[in-house]
This record gives sequence, structure tokens and C-alpha cells, in this order.
Amino acid sequence: MSLWINRIDTHILPINFQYHAPETLEEALKLLAEYGDEAKILSGGTDLLVKMKQRLIEPRHIISLRNLTELRGISEVEGGIHIGAATKLREIERSQIIAERLPLLHEAVKAIGSIQIRNMGTIGGNLCNASPAADSAVALMTLGAELHAQSIEGERIIPIEDFFKGPGVTALKPVELLTAIRIPPPPENYGWAFMKIGRTSLDIATVNAAVLLTLRGGRIDLCRIALGAVAPTPVRAVRAEEHLRGREPTPELIQEASELVVEDISPITDVRGTAEYRVEASKALVRDALKLSIERAGGGGR
Amino acid sequence: MKIRFKLNGREIEAEVEPNTLLLNLLREHLHLTGAKYGCGIGECGACTVLLDGEPILSCLTLAVEVDGREVTTIEGLARDGELHPLQRAFLEEGAVQCGFCTPGMILTAKALLDENPNPSEDEIREYLKGNLCRCTGYVNIVKAVKRAAEEMRG
Repeated sequence: MSLWINRIDTHILPINFQYHAPETLEEALKLLAEYGDEAKILSGGTDLLVKMKQRLIEPRHIISLRNLTELRGISEVEGGIHIGAATKLREIERSQIIAERLPLLHEAVKAIGSIQIRNMGTIGGNLCNASPAADSAVALMTLGAELHAQSIEGERIIPIEDFFKGPGVTALKPVELLTAIRIPPPPENYGWAFMKIGRTSLDIATVNAAVLLTLRGGRIDLCRIALGAVAPTPVRAVRAEEHLRGREPTPELIQEASELVVEDISPITDVRGTAEYRVEASKALVRDALKLSIERAGGGGR
Repeated sequence: MKIRFKLNGREIEAEVEPNTLLLNLLREHLHLTGAKYGCGIGECGACTVLLDGEPILSCLTLAVEVDGREVTTIEGLARDGELHPLQRAFLEEGAVQCGFCTPGMILTAKALLDENPNPSEDEIREYLKGNLCRCTGYVNIVKAVKRAAEEMRG
């Protein structure tokens, strides 16, 4: 993004569009059904308006979620924790429920941008923007989140694993709206870690990683590792996970597993880092995140 | 499109286009030039204003989106010709050099102190990290926020 500074006049929004601010979800879905391909959802605008200023996208219709209070809020429900898609990132960061039940998500959301960005941006926006580097995405992948998508036809649930299709591309159809994120109750006594490398703390990640695991009888039981900014979408480090499962978390095993992350990533070189750097950083980040997670799960890892 | 919102304590009405940015409405139509156009893409924080008391970026906000809400700019901080304690502290601590980042810096700091009247240095730096200063460095800015916090606590 910083490549564009000074090359394009970002002083104005050089695109004409029709602005819609539906009062109900039903109305929003009808607008999407009508304008689908030509419409973009405005839910914060910290990514959307930047892309429009750069003319990377030129939507004819903007559908703002600002009036849809039913898409905001965090609650504990049967089957886990429910977060409305239009919930501000800052609200998630401040939520007692999230801090206590899902500290991993709390930490990942806190790592996004600045106070200003988090006051504007929403969790649904962060996901639908589908940046390979989205901080909330790696956390939600290890938490096994389910994404609720609605259209006038009805609702479908998309596991977060199947949601990201490429940079800026999701599994949502043009007529579908992401309405909620549902996170199943995390396992008892789980260990977790969120880690991010960026040039400054408010940067987009050069690499980010999340780990969630449990121990049983001194051995790794459940184990999920996700990495961001090292492939066209956030990815699970499946080979490393398999290597760890059912085994005692010795420093040697952790080292072996972190070397295996290269099997599941395909980083590129861009303004934030080279592919070579990202490979090495991924290994180190996963190693550190595993150690911390094992410690938090009550294991002997250092 | 007609919008109504509260600006620095006063109800106002404005006619805007769907693609009018809040920053340009403030600066070019309402002639409040405190908020600055810096990067235009949400990196620098110079355009920061308070929306219902929370710092946001006016260069990435559509003017229509503030309909019915409350906007505070740096021009709204002084009361009856008396500077806000943060404004005074920035002057007294020499936390201003070219001044371009100062309105955004002070508004973000105000939101911090409204939320946390006694922040640590780390908390101040963390909260202000979306406001970039390219002249003075941050030492005097942090000092000024601490000084204002003390004064406001009484």
C-alpha cells in the first residue's frame, strides 16, 4: 500500500457511486440481490476507501452497514461466542467476554492498526477484505470459527478454512453478506499464542502466526497452527500440526515442527519483506509461538 | 444529500455528495482547517477527529456517515477563549514544532485521558502510535500528555 503514497492523489474519493444505508438486514440483502456485482459493503471503510481512492475498485453502489445494529455486538450463546460481523474491532478489544474466553482473539485484534483504525474497522470487514496478512484471520482459523453468510435465499455457514480464496477474494457470493462470526467454545486448559512481525507495531504484518493447542498426559493433543502473509490466503501449517500431535513437546520436536511450516507456505517478496526472510521468520515465529502455547497449557516448554 | 450532525457542540446541517470525505467537508466547506490531510490512506493520523468521543480518520470517512452523530475537531476544544489543558501542556512542553500532526495528536490524547485519566508512558505511546510526528520526536509529546493528565486529575 505504501508504494502508492505520492503517486495518486488520495485527497479526494474520485469515484461516483450511489450510497445506500439500509435500516434493516432484509433491506440490505435486497440491495445486494439487486446490485451484487456492482456493490461494495461499507463497514468501517479503512480498507475499502483506500482501494477506491487508488481506483483499484470502482463500485457503482455502496451499501453501508451503519444502521444495522443487529449486526453488532458480542454474546455468549449455545455453541460458543457470537460476534456480529459489523462489530467494531475496538469493541472486541474492550470486550470482557473476549478477553476472558478468547484471549487469543483479543491479542490478535489489538495488533490491528491504530486506535483510529480499530475504532472504524469491523471484524467482518477485516475478514471480507481477505488480506493474506489479516491479523484476526489467523486467530479465528486456530479457533475454528464459523462464518454466517446471508442472502435473500437464506443463510449458510462457511468454516473459516474455506472462506479465503485468494488475496481480496472470499467464498462469499456477490449477493451474500457476512452477518456473524461464531466461535465454538475453546477446549479446557488450552495454550495459545499470537505473534506478529512488522516494521513498526502498527504495520500490516510481514508474517503473523497463531497457535492453539492442548496437552494430555504430557503429550500434545489438539494442535492448530495458522500463518498469515506467507501465502495467497492465511494458511494452516498442517504438516507441522501432524508432526506434533500425540507427541511429547521436547525442544527438539518443536524445532522439527517449526522447520516443517515451509511445506505449507509459499511466500512472495513485497515491500514488507522478501520471500527468503518470510520463510525464516515463519519458522522462528512458529517455534516461539509453540513454546509459549505449551507453557500456557501448563506444559514444561520453555 | 442532506446531513445533520453536531459539530463542536453545535447542530449543523450540510449538503454533501456521497463521495465527500469528512475531512474535505470540514476543511473546504466548513473552513475548519485544524484537521490535516497527510497521507490520505490511514497511515499518519493527521486527519484525526473525534466521532462520538472516539478518534477516527476523517480522510477515510464519508461525510454522510456522520449524519446524526457528534464530531469534535481541535477547534472545539478551547472553552470561552481558554485553551484545553492538553493544548496548554503541548505549548508549555514544546511538544509542537511544525504543528502539522498536533491537532490529531491532541484529539487522540484527549480520548485517551477521557478513558484513562492516569496513563503510563507505555499506554500513552501505544494509544498515540497511529499519530505520526516527523519533527520533534515523541519525548515532549509524551511529557505534555502526562502533564495535562496531572492537571486534569487536579
